Amino acid sequence: MSEPAIRFIDVTKKFGKQVVLDRVNVDFPTGMTTVIAGGSGQGKSVSLKLILGLMKPDSGRIMVDGQDISAMGRRELNRIRTEFGVLFQGAALLDSITVFENVALPLEERTSLSRQEIKERVEEMLARFDLTGHGDKYPAQLSGGMKKRVGLARALMLQPRIMLFDEPTTGLDPKISMEIYRLFFETQKKYGFTSIIVSHDIPKVFNLADQVILLNNGHMTTFASPEEIQHSADPEIISFVETTMGQIYVSKEMEKIS
Amino acid sequence: MFKYIEKLGDSALYALRDLGRMGVFLVQALAGIFSRPFRFMETVRQIREIGVNSFGVIAFTGGFTGMVLGLQGYYTLSKFGAKSALGSAVALSLIRELGPVLTALMVTGRAGSAMCAEIGIMRNSEQLDALECMAIDPFRFLITPKLLATLISVPILTLFFNLIGIAGGYLVGVGLLGVNPGAYASGIEQSVVNLDINLGIVKSFVFALLIVWICTGRGYFVHKIRGAGFGAEAVSRITTQAVVMASISVLLWDYLITAVML
Repeated sequence: MSEPAIRFIDVTKKFGKQVVLDRVNVDFPTGMTTVIAGGSGQGKSVSLKLILGLMKPDSGRIMVDGQDISAMGRRELNRIRTEFGVLFQGAALLDSITVFENVALPLEERTSLSRQEIKERVEEMLARFDLTGHGDKYPAQLSGGMKKRVGLARALMLQPRIMLFDEPTTGLDPKISMEIYRLFFETQKKYGFTSIIVSHDIPKVFNLADQVILLNNGHMTTFASPEEIQHSADPEIISFVETTMGQIYVSKEMEKIS
Repeated sequence: MFKYIEKLGDSALYALRDLGRMGVFLVQALAGIFSRPFRFMETVRQIREIGVNSFGVIAFTGGFTGMVLGLQGYYTLSKFGAKSALGSAVALSLIRELGPVLTALMVTGRAGSAMCAEIGIMRNSEQLDALECMAIDPFRFLITPKLLATLISVPILTLFFNLIGIAGGYLVGVGLLGVNPGAYASGIEQSVVNLDINLGIVKSFVFALLIVWICTGRGYFVHKIRGAGFGAEAVSRITTQAVVMASISVLLWDYLITAVML
């Protein structure tokens, strides 16, 4: 089996007295989609920020391609960040520049492509995400779904090897959510990136998952498939499943009683 | 009792951490000047925003400050029979003190608050995180153009403040109160020396650095400032705090520079 794209080794993160991650050990396999699920305030977004080096763990190591990013300086971090693409919860588009400029930003800042080449690539990407004709608009003039599509287009401009999605469908209606999932499927098929999705949208998001990580009380539990969660005997996991998905599995005895 | 000592220690540690953070921030912002690619057009845009767009308020303040100085100076000097020294009094007050200080306070209120709010909102909406994730240095990209623009704009605005103030003093002293125009001009020529000019220039550069450092720094660390709250409220509180801190720092450093250079 190949080396995991990302590995948490004994990672602990605290905010004051609150322990968000408590000696967590977990692998994110290369080329696969891992969904991180868990209740609000359990540290899902913190996990993404740790992977991106935006936060440092209090102890433990976070290995990306075998290198410990928690011990890296700014320059090394920037080098490794070129491997990442991120779709933020609110898309995090720069709101003082246009859609075109947002999508062009990684190319302008990180490559030596000519203006014409950048223009061609951005227009191609905008067309792929159904954004043709919206390049001159500012983020404030876009709907929530369009913002996410622009964010996704920007994140994919440098063809990252690892994509991180922070609540990609939160605040979107079901139709737009499905559209985002469709784009996810298409882009992952095309680029073959390793993806990590933090989401509340359970059980829908499980359809994308090769592996599910459940975050509860500072602990991460890995499940090889979404089905495996439903058969867990752990009372906390059963409680999580019932509150998020409803009673998925009902035994024959329970069926008779109900 | 121990609780109060613990709180005091905690506050002292927080203040030290905050100062350390702001110190590192300043070094990174200055280092951004030497990072490539240099954002020339963004720096020019910021000069327009911070400098050119502040010209109106500076001209207005400078003009009326000079006029008040002319009026007050005339009545004070006339008591000693020294009306002819009005030009000298107006020019020295403006060049050495009022020009740099009032320009800095006006720029803090007009452009410093805007810088702080802009960076704070970008922090809250994860735009700064997004830049870092794209391996784009937020200092080179955002802070350094503002730093350079402020360092270029404030001394030039101070120069205009002084010139318009001297003209305002002339208008009131010569135009309304009948001071001899030649005496007004020669008073300036004879009394203003290189040290006065240098003092004004040094002050305007130091004040510019203080404004941009404090205002962008507070916005950048809006999420780490104790008691600031969250979201829009945090940005509003931090903007007020930045303007107050920058204004107080300008006055404090004004005294220190004057004491050292005179």
